[in-house]
Amino acid sequence: MEPWRKAPAVFVANLLPPAAWLGVFFVLPLSLLWLYSFGDKVGITGIDINWTLANYARAADPLYLGILIKSVWIAGAATLTCLMIGLPVALAISFAPRHVQPWLLLLIILPFWTNLLIRTYALIAVLRTNGHVNYVLEWLWSAGDGLLNLIGLGGYQILGTGFTPWSLLYNDAAVVTGLVYVHLPFMVLPLYAALYRLDRSLIEASLDLGAGHLRTFFYVIAPLVLPGIASGVIITFIPALGAYLTPDLLGGTDSQMIANVIERQFKAANDWPFGSALSFLLMYITFFGLAVRSLLAGRRGGGVSA
Amino acid sequence: MRFPGTPIGPLDYHRRLPLRLILISSLIFLYLPILTLVAFSFNDSRRNIVWHGFTLKYYQKAFADSELMLAFGNSLSIALFSTLISTVLGTMAGYLLWRFRFGGKTALEGTLAMPIVIPEICMGVAMMAFVARIGWPQDLPWPLNLSAITAAHIAFCFPFAAIVIRARMESFNRQLAEAARDLGATEFQTFRDVVAPHMKPGIVAGALLGFTLSLDDFVITFFTSGPNSITFPVKIYSMVRFSVTPEVNAASTILIILTVALTAIALRIQRRYPIAGV
Repeated sequence: MEPWRKAPAVFVANLLPPAAWLGVFFVLPLSLLWLYSFGDKVGITGIDINWTLANYARAADPLYLGILIKSVWIAGAATLTCLMIGLPVALAISFAPRHVQPWLLLLIILPFWTNLLIRTYALIAVLRTNGHVNYVLEWLWSAGDGLLNLIGLGGYQILGTGFTPWSLLYNDAAVVTGLVYVHLPFMVLPLYAALYRLDRSLIEASLDLGAGHLRTFFYVIAPLVLPGIASGVIITFIPALGAYLTPDLLGGTDSQMIANVIERQFKAANDWPFGSALSFLLMYITFFGLAVRSLLAGRRGGGVSA
Repeated sequence: MRFPGTPIGPLDYHRRLPLRLILISSLIFLYLPILTLVAFSFNDSRRNIVWHGFTLKYYQKAFADSELMLAFGNSLSIALFSTLISTVLGTMAGYLLWRFRFGGKTALEGTLAMPIVIPEICMGVAMMAFVARIGWPQDLPWPLNLSAITAAHIAFCFPFAAIVIRARMESFNRQLAEAARDLGATEFQTFRDVVAPHMKPGIVAGALLGFTLSLDDFVITFFTSGPNSITFPVKIYSMVRFSVTPEVNAASTILIILTVALTAIALRIQRRYPIAGV
């Protein structure tokens, strides 16, 4: 790399346009939001910036604190589920033959390239009351009922008088399912990267010395890929926490997350200062997570890049 | 070479049944909803649950829906404009970060990574507040009515392009550019004839990435778009809110095919010219 003074004209010509664009259409809007978060609402559209901390204090209000805790809980449940699915998946991929691995990874990543909205909509079609899952369940029910009739137990109505569809949508479980569906690639990739670099002879040694596969997994593999697990957990948790579309479309009235509250402050409730404060709280949590991740990566000597 | 009949070795985790089952069921979990969505866009029934035969009528309906087509046109225009500008800006930023050492470089890199890492909702509401604060005119003629959305899209697309381009430049031998300059080439000639040919796959990959990101974006657009600047995802969102219908399936399938095709092209390019870190 050369010092910029060696070609100042080239340096400035390449620096100014991107820096200006970022400054005007990113830093400036965020700064405005930051200022608004210290303001008071005046009338319908006016915002008086008087450096009040009331908006941040309001986030500790039981109602909003409850939503904040619920968001952390839902994002945490989704992250844990991703980890529980992602670990065996990444393990299977990393031990697959070399020429198959890229294709398996591609299969995991490809859904990520279809639109988030469309994937969420696809889940709605599967989970709704008259969706595909309930259709299969109904079929199973009538098959089971038919079977019971066949063996002469039909009169006892063991399976109930009729099939009642399960309500799989508009609740917390639906939001968790949606978040897992969307964020699974975020978890699998860092785990795969860590497992791929694992020294296989250590696993062999553990097996040779008499440990079973589960013991080897928990006492040898898991500690060695811990940085990868930490990385995967953080980069899955962060976008899950800030998710807007998934709780909006799959969640019920009581499974709203922070992003939905922010949206409401900017649209229906028209309280921009409070919405701005919530946005910045969400951003601070994000930055905290990223800082933890880079600290962990730094301590483990380069760590795992996702 | 392993043969199907050989016993499972201790490290053949991919051949163990439980792991295999989890892998296969994860893939089914990932693909089944999308595949049924695509399949039912061709289903000749409004109920959208039982297969009644093949039809293209929902595609005809989708293409005849003027609002939907207007939104589609808007999305393509926004994606095109933002790709053009973000590719140029991304090339500049990627080249700058690769070539120069300067004070505040870490700060610039950090700011450049911000649009990628912060939650979309924050960028969306920030842009909404910004557009309202400076009084961005709403009722401009096409394509200027899309300018606010395009500006926001460029702001989150070009950092991706910059990262891809910079990663590609890691495999470039700096001495080649120095030699060209020593031999009398101007800065522009050096860039055009020596640096750019190596950078090209990175530029193309960055452009395709930008196009798909812009085409797919919902959250940021949702907060920036006005009544005259509805995009395809925003339109689909308003349709999804009402019900699950074959028309939505057809519209979604069009978008899926478009993005998957673009991704396939990008992957082909990357396979031919590997880009480090991508």
